[in-house]
This record gives sequence, structure tokens and C-alpha cells, in this order.
Amino acid sequence: MAIPLSYNLRNLVVRKTTTIMTALGIALTVAVLLSILALVDGLRTAFTASGNPLHVLVMRKGSDSELTSNFTRTGYQDLKFKAGIARNKAGEPMASLEIVTVINLPSVSNPDGSNVTLRGLSPIGIEMREGIRISTGRWFETGKREVVVGRSIAARFPASTLGQKLRFGRGEWEVVGIMDAGKSANNSEIFADLNQVSSDFQRTEVLSAALVRAADAVTAAALVNDINNDQRLNMGARTEVEYYESQTSSALPIQFLGMFISAIMAVGSSFAAMNTMYAAVARRAREIGTLRVLGFSRGSILFSFFVESVLLALFGGVLGCLLVLPLNGVTTGMSNFVTFSEIAFDFSIGFPIMATGVTFAVVLGALGGFFPARMASKKEILVALREV
Amino acid sequence: MEETVIQARALTKEFVRDEFHIIALQDVDIDIHKGEFVALMGPSGSGKSTLLHLIAAMDYATGGEIRVLGENLRALSDREIARWRNHNVGFIFQQFNLIPVLTALENVELPLKLTNLNKQERLDHATTALKLVGLGDRLGHFPRQLSGGQEQRVAIARAIVTDPALILADEPTGNLDAASAQEVLSILSRLNKEYGKTIVMVTHDAHAARSATKIRHLEKGALLPEGQLPAD
Ligand SMILES: Nc1ncnc2c1ncn2[C@@H]1O[C@H](COP(=O)(O)OP(=O)(O)O)[C@@H](O)[C@H]1O
Ligand SMILES: [Mg+2]
Repeated sequence: MAIPLSYNLRNLVVRKTTTIMTALGIALTVAVLLSILALVDGLRTAFTASGNPLHVLVMRKGSDSELTSNFTRTGYQDLKFKAGIARNKAGEPMASLEIVTVINLPSVSNPDGSNVTLRGLSPIGIEMREGIRISTGRWFETGKREVVVGRSIAARFPASTLGQKLRFGRGEWEVVGIMDAGKSANNSEIFADLNQVSSDFQRTEVLSAALVRAADAVTAAALVNDINNDQRLNMGARTEVEYYESQTSSALPIQFLGMFISAIMAVGSSFAAMNTMYAAVARRAREIGTLRVLGFSRGSILFSFFVESVLLALFGGVLGCLLVLPLNGVTTGMSNFVTFSEIAFDFSIGFPIMATGVTFAVVLGALGGFFPARMASKKEILVALREV
Repeated sequence: MEETVIQARALTKEFVRDEFHIIALQDVDIDIHKGEFVALMGPSGSGKSTLLHLIAAMDYATGGEIRVLGENLRALSDREIARWRNHNVGFIFQQFNLIPVLTALENVELPLKLTNLNKQERLDHATTALKLVGLGDRLGHFPRQLSGGQEQRVAIARAIVTDPALILADEPTGNLDAASAQEVLSILSRLNKEYGKTIVMVTHDAHAARSATKIRHLEKGALLPEGQLPAD
């Protein structure tokens, strides 16, 4: 049996100022780490929710994003009759030729404007995206200068509310609907008629990419291979899921910076915990000697001080979680470095992320507490009893 | 035949600090029997505390031998000594050394954490010990809420709660006023007479020593023969 936990808890309470300061250091470290994890997690959710495993995205060979890809109308005619492509109720192949470009819209946070992805597509492209629903208004009509904006765009850009006119391309476009794409990245896009957009941007023959639906998952893999090996078509294909996963890499620089900062803070707060515990060991030397005389072993002294440091860190970890909790569900935009446009996503601070934060704190406490605890256990009884 | 609780032969303790050698105890032979209450007297620096520490295995002799309760303490590991001390020795300090963040009851319960007793049994034992020293009404008090005399009585309760055969006290009345000292001495006397505890008490107060059944004198690390008083 060990020295009771209440002994450690009460000592933490007795020296509350030091306890709070040390815990706060750990809390801030955990908060930084958790914000980064929540950001990356939110971004990943936005991207992966966008991918349908049956969808195959066809782009120019070597192109990493729809924005830098080219796809001609003749290529599309070849593509859409390939084997394995699903057909809709009307019997048409589910293949959508699309143009993707970036336009500039003034935003709440940035009056000079932010980049937003504009997607030109035909009715089949909308039909293929079953996850998208119109929440207000209606879909744009073919042949008209109308747009439907994603939910996040509507929230972040005051100019893009229903009935407003947006200026881009060769003139004005009317916002006729707002779409809800669930957690998908399409929430951060503007949809309009393929031919209208391509003519405004003078790209009537050369568009961006094509999205096709395979009949089933096995066919999807075969279709990807078939397209990649087709010398005449000379295009690259990958599943939509794969495509969006690779887009998550846009968060890498921020992730790296965040990890770097929290690593530095981790070293700092771990040393702070160590300092606090060394001071505690020094101040309680006589108690340590007394406990030994009462029959507690060196091992239980080590364990007791170690546990105290871990408890202290645990407190910091929980505090850190509370600090970042208000971020949960906050929607924010981040420049997507691959497509050069803004993508909106939710910070998501779920249980796994908080568990990571608390674990991280405990590790800091354990690292900081080990050496002081070992020092406490190594003290000779008589030396300890003589200290004041 | 009386049972020998402490048996020391040519017990020597030498401290080496830098180039100084201090002989704190020199060739001490002593036998203390079950049921004795021995007062160890002598001037400051004569080695009284050192002898007590060797008996409690809080330190090691540099020469000679010592057996306590039949155990050769040198042969035991650190862990074994800790357990042995918990079972067999109650130690009372001059400075009380209570744990400030624990209540009187919790302080007394502490040594029982190392036994197999359950929580209720531990509380019962601790309460009994505190009642025995006359503090049954101070269970929830923290050390800072107690007088010096009360603190020392809590410390005595803590020392006896595991029912050890041997009680060691290093100047237990050294920090107390006369009245409190008298209370502490009469408790020790009672533990000796009514509970048969073997007690070794260091003191340089002749009045305190009168509570003991036997007085031994140390002088410059040497134990004077039984009955012999120091020269001056
Ligand atoms: N850790 C130590 N290092 C060096 N000398 C010590 C140490 N402990 C005790 N001594 C010396 O040993 C002698 C006996 O000390 P001690 O047993 O404490 O005396 P007493 O308790 O009779 O006053 C003293 O001269 C003291 O200075
Ligand atoms: Mg002394």
C-alpha cells in the first residue's frame, strides 16, 4: 500500500499559487497542441467527407488539383463511353465535365477580397452529388448567369446572400440558391452553369477536369487503371477520396509550425513542473525522512512524488482542454495551398483529441516529476530529517 | 531468563567528513531486555542520538554488531528494513514531525497503510491509539491546530499504532513546557508498565529520566558501566 493520494492532493492545494502557475503552463501547451489537432482534424473531415469512393476524378497527367488541370471536350467524348461507368435513370453515362477556377470576393475579415473556388458544371454533375441539398432558393438554370453558393460562402461573404449579384468573369451573376453540402468542401465553392462559366473565362474548348461514377467499388479501381493506361486519352485518374486526402496536406505547414511551438512549450512546461517538484522535495525533506522512519520504502516515496507531479500535470491537461473547448464547432476559413482558394471547416474538439491532450499533459508531468521523485527517494533518512 | 530486545557488542560509529574522523560511538556493549524502560543520558554530542539511530536501523554501524528483536539488521535489504521498522519500532522525535497536511487521525493511520488492515480497521486502531493518549476529541484537527504537547501525543499515538514491541524516543520532551512534558512522560510510563513496551528514551533532563526503570550514561561516545555516573 502506498502513501495516500490525499497527501499529494492536499500538498498541491497548500501551495496553490505554484500549483496554478505550473498547471497553467501545461494548460497553455496542451491548448496549442489541441488547437492544431482540432484544425487538422476539421480539415480532414471536410476533405474526406467530400470524397465519394465510387467517384473517379480525371485530370491532366501530373496535375495535383482541378485548378491546374486541363480537359478538352474531345477527351470528354472519349472518356464518357468507357466501360464501367455507371448510368443514370435516363441511361446517360454519369460523367461530368467541369471547369474550376478561382474568383475574388470581398469577405467579412478581408475587404480586399478572398479567393473562392468557382465550379462550372452541367446537370449531370449536380445529379452525381447526392450529398448536396439546396437549403434556400433553387438550383441555377442552364444557360443563365445564375450561381448557387455553398453554405460557408454564404456565411462568410456578405455579398453572396440570396438575390444579391456577384461580379466576376464578364459581368454580374445572380445568387439564386444556397447549398448545404454537409461537411464536404463543396460548402466553400460556388456552382454555376458549365457553358456560361467557360465562355466568360474564354475556355469553351479546354475545361478543367471530369468526374465519373463507376458502377461499383471494384469497377472504380479498374476504371482508374484503364484511364491511366489509355495512351490516346493521356489523362490521369484517381478516386475522389484519394484526391481529397492528398488535399489535407495543405494543412501541413500550419501543422508543422503548431507542433514545433507546442514542442518548445512542452519542454518549457515540463521543466517548470520539474522545478516545482524539486522545490516540493526540498521543502518536504523532513516529511520524507519521517515517512521512511514510519516504514515507507524508497520506492513508495518515489511513487508518491511522481504521482504528485502527474496529478499536477493532469490538472493542467484538463485546464488546457477547457481553454480550447470554446473553439469546438467554430467555423473558420483557411487558405488551401493546393487550390489557392479558401476552404471553410469546423474545429472539432472531440473526445479523442481531448484524451490526446490529457495524455500529453500526463507525459509532461511524468517527465518533469521523475528526477525530483528519484531525488526524494535517494535521500538518506538522517540527512532528510536534519534538513529544515 | 529475560528476553533480550537489543544486544550490542563493540558497537562503533565513526563519521568521516573530509579529513576529520569523528567517533560518535566507541565499542558500546549493551543489553536491553523486554519490558525495560531505559533512559539514555549524557551531554550534547555524546552519541545518544547516534545509538538510537543504529537501534532503529536508520543508520549503519562502522564496527561491532547489533541485534534488535533477534534480527541482524545488517543482513536485511532496504525494503526489509522498512517493513521491519513499520512492524517493530515506534519512533518519537523531539520535533514531533507530524505531516502538516494530514489530520491527527490521518497522521496516526499512516503507518497502518503498510499493513493488511482495511480502512475501517485502520480507523478503529488509529482512534484507539489517539484515545489512549487522551486525544479522542481531536481526531479531525490538523497539527497547526494543536499545542506542542498535543502534537507530541499524536506522534506517540502514531508510534504505537502498529503495536510495535520497541519504542524509541529522542528527547521527546525537549520542545515541551513542564506540564506537557509530564503528560508525555506519564504516557510513556504507562506504555511500559501496562502494555509491556520496551522503551529507550534519550534525554538530558534528569527529571525526565526518573520515569525510566534504568538510566545509562554516555560520555564522548562511550557507554559508562551500569550504575556509574559521569565524573563531573
Ligand atoms: N552525520 C554526521 N556527520 C558527522 N558527524 C556527526 C554526524 N552525526 C553526528 N555526528 C557527530 O557525532 C557525535 C554524536 O552526535 P549525536 O549522537 O547526535 O549526539 P547527541 O545526540 O548525544 O547530542 C557528535 O560529535 C556529532 O557532531
Ligand atoms: Mg541528539
